[in-house]
Amino acid sequence: MSLIVDHISYIYGKDTGTPIEALKDVSLSIPDGQFIGIIGHTGSGKSTLMQHLNGLEKASSGTIYFNGEDVYEKGYNLKNLRSKVGLVFQYPEHQLFAETVFADVCYGPKNLGLSKSDCELRAYDALRKVGFPEDLIFTSPFELSGGQKRRAAIAGVLAMKPEVLILDEPTAGLDPKGRDEILTQIKKLQKEENMTILLVSHSMEDVAEYVDRIVVLNEGKIFLDNTPKEVFRHYKELEEIGLSAPQVTYIMHDLADAGLNVRCDVTTVSEAADEIVRALSR
Amino acid sequence: MLRDITLGQYYQTESVIHRLDPRVKLLGTILFFISLFCFSNPAGYAIALLFLAAVIITTHVPFSYMIKGMKTIVVLIIITVVINLFMTQGDVVVEFWKFKITKQGIVMAVQIFFRIAMLIVGSSIMTLTTTPNHLTDGMERGLRFLKVIKVPVHEIAMMMSIALRFIPILLEETDKIMKAQLARGADLESGNIFKRIKAMVPILVPLFISSFRRANDLASAMEARCYRGGEGRTKMKPLKYTSRDAVAYLVLFAYMVVSISVGRLDALKIM
Repeated sequence: MSLIVDHISYIYGKDTGTPIEALKDVSLSIPDGQFIGIIGHTGSGKSTLMQHLNGLEKASSGTIYFNGEDVYEKGYNLKNLRSKVGLVFQYPEHQLFAETVFADVCYGPKNLGLSKSDCELRAYDALRKVGFPEDLIFTSPFELSGGQKRRAAIAGVLAMKPEVLILDEPTAGLDPKGRDEILTQIKKLQKEENMTILLVSHSMEDVAEYVDRIVVLNEGKIFLDNTPKEVFRHYKELEEIGLSAPQVTYIMHDLADAGLNVRCDVTTVSEAADEIVRALSR
Repeated sequence: MLRDITLGQYYQTESVIHRLDPRVKLLGTILFFISLFCFSNPAGYAIALLFLAAVIITTHVPFSYMIKGMKTIVVLIIITVVINLFMTQGDVVVEFWKFKITKQGIVMAVQIFFRIAMLIVGSSIMTLTTTPNHLTDGMERGLRFLKVIKVPVHEIAMMMSIALRFIPILLEETDKIMKAQLARGADLESGNIFKRIKAMVPILVPLFISSFRRANDLASAMEARCYRGGEGRTKMKPLKYTSRDAVAYLVLFAYMVVSISVGRLDALKIM
């Protein structure tokens, strides 16, 4: 089923001296199995929007429908929503607390009231899916490297078997290799488990290769919502709001300006290489 | 969740009180407290109340905002007032079962109520209108004379400003960790007290770890910038008295003289 965001606005600090309108009339429809990149500058409201999707924040106006049910309705089971819409926070390794990685990953399923064996099965499964090294699952999470901690924390959310997985900047602070590994693994989850994935990032470069659709947020409003190709066509406007298209977009535009007959709507480096070869071999 | 705590928080707005030198506000608050304990008749409290009201109006901080942070202290006030009401010996006015309310008790309770309420409002005016950094600056300058008897004034002030600076950071961090664990299905609100305490572990452990990490980072950052304590250290914006502060001191002096001399007149006493 799907997640529908219906005209939500969110104001925080209402009764302090400086209220901030973090979201302004945002509407989104998120169908099953889609991989969506949520892009925006710092403070554009991306994280706030994501926290609305699993009911951690409540919109000041507007509503959210999950599988056809209004999540703000009285008596709606928010705990259930949170298990179905998994949210991996920014720097999720800061939420690790248990003595072993395994116990930490078990925390989510345990909260769902599952039996011990079910919890452990899910934890193994989740750790395997994120590619966590098997010989480390009974060590303390505080002895791991940054990338391993990140994987353990993502597994902690995956173990709840969510239908929708939201990741807030999952690659922040990782080296390029770690970044590519995590993103590839997330893509695999979408393909193999038919999971809906929302990936929050401030970098087009990161998401261009992986996503089916890009939503650009700017100052709490949806600025663009389309396929990567269409979004990158607006690269000049993106620059005006402090974002940029992937480097290949610029290279292809420059090549086209220089007289080479190439298409400018490629999104990945390999596509760009093919396109240049094609243009040159003619 | 935790954003509702307003006591001790700075309220950003434009007013004369905000721009006053922190030393004036510190001394003013202390003198105001002293005055509250000097009165022996209702007239003194009335003057103090008027003075406080005038200051509140000048701060441009909404009164409702000021009061909102005090809900937690209401319990304390009620307990103190009730204890004073029933425990004071004297001429009995009402008597039921084992309790006696005396004339002296009523007077005492009312007096205590006004004292505590004004103490709290008075101190929150200072914190609402002064940034924590300004406050510790003021304290450091104001207490500089204590250096003579080897009190490490600068170090104390530095520790205070770091502690104050960390309050909002830790609140934010707690909020974030709470949300992260809620997203993993944590249940913090139901169950008996033991269950709730157990449910706090996944929040407290990461919070402790992050505080240590932050403290460590801060210490390294300070060391990297060659921080060696207060010796020979200068300020980018040294505190300087202006005419505004002189006026404030005069107003304060006038208040002290008038309120205490009127507040101690025996002719206005109730008992």
